[in-house]
Amino acid sequence: MLELDNVVIEQGDFRFNADLKISPKQSVAILGPSGGGKSTLLLALAGFISHTGQIRWQGQDISALSPSERPISMLFQENNLFPHLTISQNVGLGIRPDLKLTKADRSLVETALKRVGLENRGQDLPRTLSGGQRQRAALARALLRGKPLLLLDEPFAALGPALRREMLDLVEEIRAEQQATLLLVTHNPEDAQHIASECVFVDQNKANIPVATDDFFTNPPPEFESYVGS
Amino acid sequence: MSAPVKAFGITAILIVVLLVFAPIVALLTRTGVEDIPAATWPAIRFTLLQATLSALISVTLAIPLAKALARRRFWGRSVMVSLLGAPFLLPSIVAVLGLLAIWGRSGIFSDGLAYFGLGPLDIYGLEGVLLAHVFFNLPLATRMLLQGWQAIPSEHFRLAAQLDLAPRARFVLLEMPVLRGAVPSALLVIFMLCMSSFAVALALGGGPKSSTIELAIYQALRFEFDLAGAAQLATVQLVIGLAAAALAFRFGTDTLFGGSLEQPYQNWDKRRWPRLMDASILLLVVLFIGLPLIAILLNGVTGLMAGFPAGLGLAWSISVGIALVSAALALALALSLAHMIEASSSGTRIELVVMLLLATSPFVIGTGLFILINPFASPFELALPITALVNAALSLPLMLRIIRPALGRVDRNYGSLASGLGMRGWSRFRLLTWPQIKPELGFATGLAAALSMGDLGVITLFAPPDIQTLPLMMYRQMGSYQMDAAAGSALILVASSFALFYLFDKGGRHA
Repeated sequence: MLELDNVVIEQGDFRFNADLKISPKQSVAILGPSGGGKSTLLLALAGFISHTGQIRWQGQDISALSPSERPISMLFQENNLFPHLTISQNVGLGIRPDLKLTKADRSLVETALKRVGLENRGQDLPRTLSGGQRQRAALARALLRGKPLLLLDEPFAALGPALRREMLDLVEEIRAEQQATLLLVTHNPEDAQHIASECVFVDQNKANIPVATDDFFTNPPPEFESYVGS
Repeated sequence: MSAPVKAFGITAILIVVLLVFAPIVALLTRTGVEDIPAATWPAIRFTLLQATLSALISVTLAIPLAKALARRRFWGRSVMVSLLGAPFLLPSIVAVLGLLAIWGRSGIFSDGLAYFGLGPLDIYGLEGVLLAHVFFNLPLATRMLLQGWQAIPSEHFRLAAQLDLAPRARFVLLEMPVLRGAVPSALLVIFMLCMSSFAVALALGGGPKSSTIELAIYQALRFEFDLAGAAQLATVQLVIGLAAAALAFRFGTDTLFGGSLEQPYQNWDKRRWPRLMDASILLLVVLFIGLPLIAILLNGVTGLMAGFPAGLGLAWSISVGIALVSAALALALALSLAHMIEASSSGTRIELVVMLLLATSPFVIGTGLFILINPFASPFELALPITALVNAALSLPLMLRIIRPALGRVDRNYGSLASGLGMRGWSRFRLLTWPQIKPELGFATGLAAALSMGDLGVITLFAPPDIQTLPLMMYRQMGSYQMDAAAGSALILVASSFALFYLFDKGGRHA
């Protein structure tokens, strides 16, 4: 269980509230208009910005932990790979942050790359890969880190619809294999319907409590309707 | 902040603080602040006069030049922008030799005047110092102003063209605001550089009428061994430097490096007069900067064909050694400080202390070190390490300005990712920071090495007669009228300085 207990994030004039619980081992979509605080929420969960209140994972307070100590892997919209390191090295960072990889480690990297469909691309630099392939590599690294919480901040926003669905399927497969919990920030209601079992609507500087995806879309909150414009 | 960052950072801060404040303390214990002897007033007056005039002339000439460069597209424009960067790396003593070949007693202008029964020109004294300072700083001022021009939004130029604004209105609306921002800081930076440009004063100034404060320090230390007198002069120099630095901090905008000078703006003005004006300004400047460079090259080749000057190999090795040691030291200091500044909440204060190094001229630091060392050891035996140390201190502010923003960029782009992955300490530096900021590191180290290679400053205070760097050897050759030998040494010196810069810069961008 991921619990956000009276979490308040303040940045200058911006003030954001979240008070909710997310049950483990499922996919949750975080929806809402731009500037509403979706990314801010993820950044706070991952420990990149400070907040008051408590964030608990499986009953344990993780609010004071540094980003790398949290049980979390996060994929950003871009710049997930270091441009000067090869794909293998980028993925290998998920095992050893100093890249002192053993032979066994290297074969783990190979397996992970194969899992995301990037076999034989290990020696390439990120710039030779397409946008989708780069996100696959980042996903391979998250796979190796094996953290129970996976945060995705619109990582496929720049991809076309077919490719995006393919990537979402891959993410969902990996999440299921790892028994992980996925939080996916997206602009696109279809993404949510495609993989999420619950939806969190974020608007007016507040995160609402999660609602089952079917219920959410059959009976959407009025703010959501004005957001999608239907 | 991680432990190694802290350890390295604090060590670096201690070294910088020692370099800034130890000389000041040494000077203040040696001198009473109350009485400045009457004999030093002419030197103070001359120093202020030449620095003020140099700054005014450089910036005044830079305005039409920057304007011409900003609004014209022509073949060779990018070459010309690079040419404007050349004097910065050119060792001062080499530039003086080049200027003498054009403007000196037996230079080409004097020869031309002799044809009409006039001349010859005599540029020793104020004229020569101003000439050399404008040669160095007109390009610098132009680059600073050009960056201001580049910051004007292109929409504004389009609007001015659409509304057909008269030149006057255009100037007031578009260019005045830019100049108001850039001119004061350009004036102050150039004033500070000219305050402490020892080599130019040494080679072209001198005598009771045109001696600078630094020249007087040099004479007091070298010829009279008057430590108290030197300390007094150095204190005066320090006070003026600090005042200028305070003003620069108050009015300055940070436009020295960065920004692109590549793209001229679209100019819709097709009238002939402005075009002719711009063309003549550009041509004159190309000649003003280019002719001395050509003279250095041609005379150097002639000089070397006449034979390699004796002792060149040794002087060259010493200079390269000092350049490499001081560049490495400056790099280590700059990297440690940049990390500390990025990671610490009192970063700006640390940066301010480093910038104080700019105000404390090398000569002040040198004089202070001389006084500090003198009771314990002979300063003359430590000439080379002290030169390397002071040169490193000189390049440090410049390097920091190049490296710190690069480090900030890496942190912004990849900091979260690296922290999220638990990359820290040495492996974070090795795997992330180093590969990412290598181009900037190479560029900055190249600058430091080239500047140190060509520097003729504190070495003159400390060097015993039998030890010399290449610039010092060149100066001694000029002093004994071995002009061929000096020209040969000059060419080797300038080639080595540029080669050092090129190698580091290239190494940073490739490999």
